[in-house]
Amino acid sequence: MNPRLKAFFNSIKVQGLSVERERRLLQELNSDGDHGLVPPTVRPAGRLDDTLARLYGASDLWAIQKMEAGQGSYTTNIRSLDELLERDKQREQDGFPRKIRVGRMIRPGRGGDDKVVVVPTTVEEKFLHDPSFQPPEKGDSTGGTGDGEEGEVIGEQPVRPEPGAGTGGAGQGEGGAHEVESSAYDLGRILSEKFELPNLKEKGKKRSLSRYTYDLTDKNRGFGQVLDKKATLRSVLETNIGLGNVPDFNDIDTTRLLITPRDKVYRVLSKEKDYESQAMIFFLRDYSGSMSGKPTDIVVTQHVLIYSWLLFQYEKQVESRFILHDTEAREVPDFYTYYNSKVAGGTRVAAAYKMVNEIVDKENLAKDYNIYVFHGTDGDDWDSSGQEALPELEKMLKYASRIGITIAEHVAAMNNAGNTEVQRYLTQSGLLEKHPSLIRLDVMGEDADEPRMIEGIKTLIS
Amino acid sequence: MELISQHTKKIMEGCKERARDAGLRFDNETLEYIVTNRDMIELSPKVMIPTLYDYWVQDVEVLKEKGRYELYPGNPYETVINTRPAISFYNDNNPDWLNVMIFYHVLAHIDFFQNNTFFRHTWDFDLTGRALADKRLIAKLRSEKGRWVDYVIEFSRGVDNLVGYFDELSRLHRSSQADCSRRLDYYLDVFLQQVKKVKINQYVKEIERFNDCRRKYGERGESTFFADTAVKYPEFEALFEKSSRVAKGRNRDLLQFLMDHSEFLNKEENKWMKMVMEVVRKTSIYFQPQIRTKIMNEGWASYWHEKLYMQDERIRGHEIEFARAHAGVTAMPRVGMNPYALGMRLFYFIEEMADKGKLSYDFERLLDIKQREKYDRNVGAGLKTIFDLRENFCDFMFVNTFVDQDFVDKNKLFVADRRMNQERMTWEIYVKSRKAEDYRQMVLDSLYHPPWIELDQESSAGKTLKLIHRFEGKPLVSEYIANTMLGIEFLWGGPVQLETSEVDAETPAEVGSGAPAFWTPPQPGAPGPAGALKWRRVLYEMKDRQLSRVVVAPFTT
Repeated sequence: MNPRLKAFFNSIKVQGLSVERERRLLQELNSDGDHGLVPPTVRPAGRLDDTLARLYGASDLWAIQKMEAGQGSYTTNIRSLDELLERDKQREQDGFPRKIRVGRMIRPGRGGDDKVVVVPTTVEEKFLHDPSFQPPEKGDSTGGTGDGEEGEVIGEQPVRPEPGAGTGGAGQGEGGAHEVESSAYDLGRILSEKFELPNLKEKGKKRSLSRYTYDLTDKNRGFGQVLDKKATLRSVLETNIGLGNVPDFNDIDTTRLLITPRDKVYRVLSKEKDYESQAMIFFLRDYSGSMSGKPTDIVVTQHVLIYSWLLFQYEKQVESRFILHDTEAREVPDFYTYYNSKVAGGTRVAAAYKMVNEIVDKENLAKDYNIYVFHGTDGDDWDSSGQEALPELEKMLKYASRIGITIAEHVAAMNNAGNTEVQRYLTQSGLLEKHPSLIRLDVMGEDADEPRMIEGIKTLIS
Repeated sequence: MELISQHTKKIMEGCKERARDAGLRFDNETLEYIVTNRDMIELSPKVMIPTLYDYWVQDVEVLKEKGRYELYPGNPYETVINTRPAISFYNDNNPDWLNVMIFYHVLAHIDFFQNNTFFRHTWDFDLTGRALADKRLIAKLRSEKGRWVDYVIEFSRGVDNLVGYFDELSRLHRSSQADCSRRLDYYLDVFLQQVKKVKINQYVKEIERFNDCRRKYGERGESTFFADTAVKYPEFEALFEKSSRVAKGRNRDLLQFLMDHSEFLNKEENKWMKMVMEVVRKTSIYFQPQIRTKIMNEGWASYWHEKLYMQDERIRGHEIEFARAHAGVTAMPRVGMNPYALGMRLFYFIEEMADKGKLSYDFERLLDIKQREKYDRNVGAGLKTIFDLRENFCDFMFVNTFVDQDFVDKNKLFVADRRMNQERMTWEIYVKSRKAEDYRQMVLDSLYHPPWIELDQESSAGKTLKLIHRFEGKPLVSEYIANTMLGIEFLWGGPVQLETSEVDAETPAEVGSGAPAFWTPPQPGAPGPAGALKWRRVLYEMKDRQLSRVVVAPFTT
């Protein structure tokens, strides 16, 4: 057990805890996980969770001939997203649940590039033994060869290697080759019709947040898409006056007017840049022990959706920051780490809020940026009354354009839905009613599906 | 895809000759294709069978993490597939010396496919041909029935791991000589052993009594025997009657059962669905032995490519390159498992044991470590022994029989595990055990094993189909249950129930588990070790596409 965490736990306990709560906190405290973030130095050994280290991971083509299935670009591989979605819609009409999930990131690029691979995915369900289930005393053992006494440590391993460390695995298609423009395109296109960032204000001059619209704004003489009648008429008159063809301005005989082809003015389609304000998005994710499984799934998926939509819609003009928190907050450099860090530890929401405030304050972001904060959690907080979190939140409300909090509730807790700590103290604080345009809360069950998540994004940013 | 060049084919033929001389047996015809990355894109979702039927899921990225290999027993990256003639795939730019090694590897695989009895059901026809016919059938049906074909494929694939692979095999392997009546089978195999639970000496006596009757009364021996039996066990006839009623459908082959007994499927307008299901079922059964012989098959191929290449004069000048490539495939990883390495070492180990006569009772009895080491009767039965194994064993038998302390010590094997280092926030990997039994257990635990789900014939008499999951220490993946059952309900045309075990969620993972492994019979009611997980039986029901769940009984008290 982490000594610091334990001290913190004891300090809460002194303030009094219900039996049920204490049990839950203890469970989180005792859970033997870690986030898989990398300590400065480790001796790498073989990786236990590497599929290649497993019996059935190896196969001839890869092992002997170093061949793997090269993956075509997803856009060509998958016939058409529309077609698949159409099929999925048909499923619903036929009375079967939808099967295509849109927007799951399967392999983001390493090394901090803004590469996100968003593809339609699916699962073929069968009756299976749950491979993730391990009887506690059995552990996650595998084979090994070589020297070493029983009990001797032969290597160390971060659960997730540092970006760029590279594992050199086989199969599974590398995501690295897929640029965001092509792969996130389909998803972005779907999402972009639905959302846009709310409460954007003119701020700063550093970097312009632009989006493009296509409009019939340019004019062209002679040919084009839509005839601009008023301009054409004007031009015709001008020509005819020049020719002396209009003797009396008060009584123009239009049948006598001469029309040259150059007088016709057309409107043509052109790309317009809409200059808008710049924005900074903070993604906050609870990666405490209680988040394991579905809630994390939901939160990261939703954040993937938001993130890829931002990338698509605002062409990387939006800056993003990523913060993970358990009892302490930590900023990570890229979405990849943000997405892949594993859950462990206790929960203190205030730590993350505080960190956002600190960053904004230190870097003086409020002056130049529209600031958006998206926070995903399961609603559990050791600081049950929010006495630490709420002041930070109020501070945040002074500068933020929108704060969106997603709570993915555990099914077990659904019986008394709406009863997670975060939800409770948020509701009680009255902040939601006081600043309805600045802070939004969305609560969903941990079994929520894709459409529900998209619905959730709408709630958060509409 | 194009065939390899004449030059390369000649190399292959040279390998065949040498492999035959060494004792491998395989069909003369083989097909070798060059595959490009483009080909691989199309081939890997179809488990390398170019003619497999089309299904839309093959075009979508499929999430496999959850079930990993359990979901897809067929390996999408196999070099050689078990067809007639066997087809193998090659990279365009392999140098000749590497091709020699691969050819030997491939030939040993073909030898394994064509001689190992777990592949018996694949010997009499060509999969590529049949797959093509199936593909056309499905394409034709699709043009008539549209998307409903895909639903049937989807739902059938949902239970395609519950096919009666062993039933199929046992039908093929039933020897014609032991031509016993079903009554006698039931009496000796079930009635005496499971109902009466007689002692061994009594059992032997019964067999003698039967043989006596046969000797004395010849043809009428059996009826005499059962006339006597009726006096001894008056209840026998009734039980036999009952069992034969049940036994008619006594299989674990859910797909087959649905095809035979579903009223829905047997309606005139739905009969085409059975054709689709049969395609899915046959395809699944075809791939079943592959994953059950992974260690043996790869070990066998590695053993032979090493042995044959070392004797081949074509290795000259390429010794170092070969050594590198070979070590890359068959080196024992410091941490992790490698089926090539493990299987190959086991074959060498067994060969040596058999050569020295160590696979014998005399040797088993020796306890002195020095004597065991020096033991050598010069029997020379090594080759014959490993050829016998490749014919009759599967991975489970192979590992369970031959991984012993000598093998573990010789190869310095150990069970590795990891634990958290809170200070450094890393996983520490450590040597957990060097005992053979632990190592064996660890390997056995990682072998493919689909859940054991049986049909409850008696409860399924009415409209409701009842499935019983035999608990083997692991729960089912719960989020897959709903959709899988939805599919079964569709095919069955009525409500479906599934009884399974789940961890009691109210007392979540505290510590310990009394979970038995799949080959040790589970003992419901037996108290597990202290602090064991609490299991309970739950009953899922899918009715009108709605899933409900009730707790039936706590498993442990």
